[in-house]
Amino acid sequence: MATVLQFPANISTLNNYNDLYPDWTQREVSTGTTIMAVEFDGGVVMGADSRTTTGAYIANRVTDKLTPIHERILCCRSGSAADTQAIADAVTYQLGFHSIELDEAPLVQTAASLFRDMCYRYREELMAGIIVGGWDPRRGGQVYTVPVGGMMTRQPVSVGGSGSSYIYGYVDSNYRPGMSKEECLKFTAGALSLAMERDGSSGGVVRLAVISEQGVERQVILGNQLPKFSTV
Amino acid sequence: MATVSVCQYYPGGFSFENCKRNALLEADINKLGFSSPAARKTGTTICGVVYKDGVVLGADTRATEGMIVADKNCSKIHYISPNIYCCGAGTAADTEMTTQIISSNLELHSLSTGRLPRVATANRMLKQMLFRYQGYIGAALVLGGVDCNGPHLYSIYPHGSTDKLPYVTMGSGSLAAMAVFEDRYRPNMEEEEAKRLVRDAIAAGIFNDLGSGSNIDLCVITKGKVDYLRPHDVANKKGVKTGSYRYKHGTTGVLTKTVTPLNLEVVEESVQTMDTS
Repeated sequence: MATVLQFPANISTLNNYNDLYPDWTQREVSTGTTIMAVEFDGGVVMGADSRTTTGAYIANRVTDKLTPIHERILCCRSGSAADTQAIADAVTYQLGFHSIELDEAPLVQTAASLFRDMCYRYREELMAGIIVGGWDPRRGGQVYTVPVGGMMTRQPVSVGGSGSSYIYGYVDSNYRPGMSKEECLKFTAGALSLAMERDGSSGGVVRLAVISEQGVERQVILGNQLPKFSTV
Repeated sequence: MATVSVCQYYPGGFSFENCKRNALLEADINKLGFSSPAARKTGTTICGVVYKDGVVLGADTRATEGMIVADKNCSKIHYISPNIYCCGAGTAADTEMTTQIISSNLELHSLSTGRLPRVATANRMLKQMLFRYQGYIGAALVLGGVDCNGPHLYSIYPHGSTDKLPYVTMGSGSLAAMAVFEDRYRPNMEEEEAKRLVRDAIAAGIFNDLGSGSNIDLCVITKGKVDYLRPHDVANKKGVKTGSYRYKHGTTGVLTKTVTPLNLEVVEESVQTMDTS
């Protein structure tokens, strides 16, 4: 659905008013972000930072990027705030409808597929990186990642967002299969703190969610309670 | 999912038909040395706060066209429904029309459900419309109201993202206003304190941002009552001229005087006073 429009070179003067309207009033709201999800035996741990930026201004410093899609399925949103909110709303509706049709809890893979279908079909128009995590009775805890472009793949650990680049090393070296719920929480909180420390577009508080057969348990780790790594 | 709305058919997406024509016109005009008229923006400082009994919305009253003040006393707090009001920043026409469209649709929706509309519904309608237009409708809104679930406050960005928060600011003066909020906001404030806080936040925008100015309007929404205070605070009174520029009769000497009566029939006579304020 890409449209190519030809504009003359001086069209750019249209929006360059003056200093009266600072840059961030004209920039799109982005969720900058570091997001993460880890599978463990019995469920998943999902985590995200809480910063939403418009250019250099933090539009919301307490954002909740862990959006419920269904009773035991959450998604982590990164990229354009408007795009991801709109996609999440659409998928929530579609999954809810599907679940009522089946009269049973939807599969996490179904939710991820719905995200993938939308992100791939409208890939030229959208800027959205999404991690879907949840628990279903058939396959237990699962994490699926749908990055920009619309690929979908299942991973035991997944990180995303602008801050994820800084923690690939930490995640690859510290992840072990068969971690317990508490170890996963500590691992996620640690990784997110490191990313928030280094990435300007990530910050605020750490929001965590544990999804299991019992339901969803949410936590917040405030800025001053984050795990510290170096005393520099 | 049937939705009752005024405009029925959405062919999908923005119609780019006129963009090529506009681009060519712009180029032609620039070649002749003129510049095309700037869209009137509301520059603006708008903000909202949730307090104990409801929400307080605040706005300045300056509308700018480029570097010129087009309207010294425009109203930026728009009616959405009896219990919901919306402040608008960005392009004045966009905020005005968007809020009117959603207000109309929400009234139809409310008649259909038989209930007082909820703020979350207005938020959904606004965000879905703005997302559909992919940011081309330059409306940045602060939506606040009280419904059956209590007081709610949302900030809505032109691309269609929304945030639900206890205090929000938007517009070119939002940084100045947010500084005031971050310093003095407390949860569950009393009405007077909340009004003072919003007034001070808008004042910070008015006096520190060139795009905002004139007076401060407030709107206090509680369960069952709305106080639309316009103006709440006239922060910028027009100065009184100290000298008089009237000259006495006879100051200029008259050399010749010719009187030519026009033979006209007076059909209708009406007097309309000019706004010399």
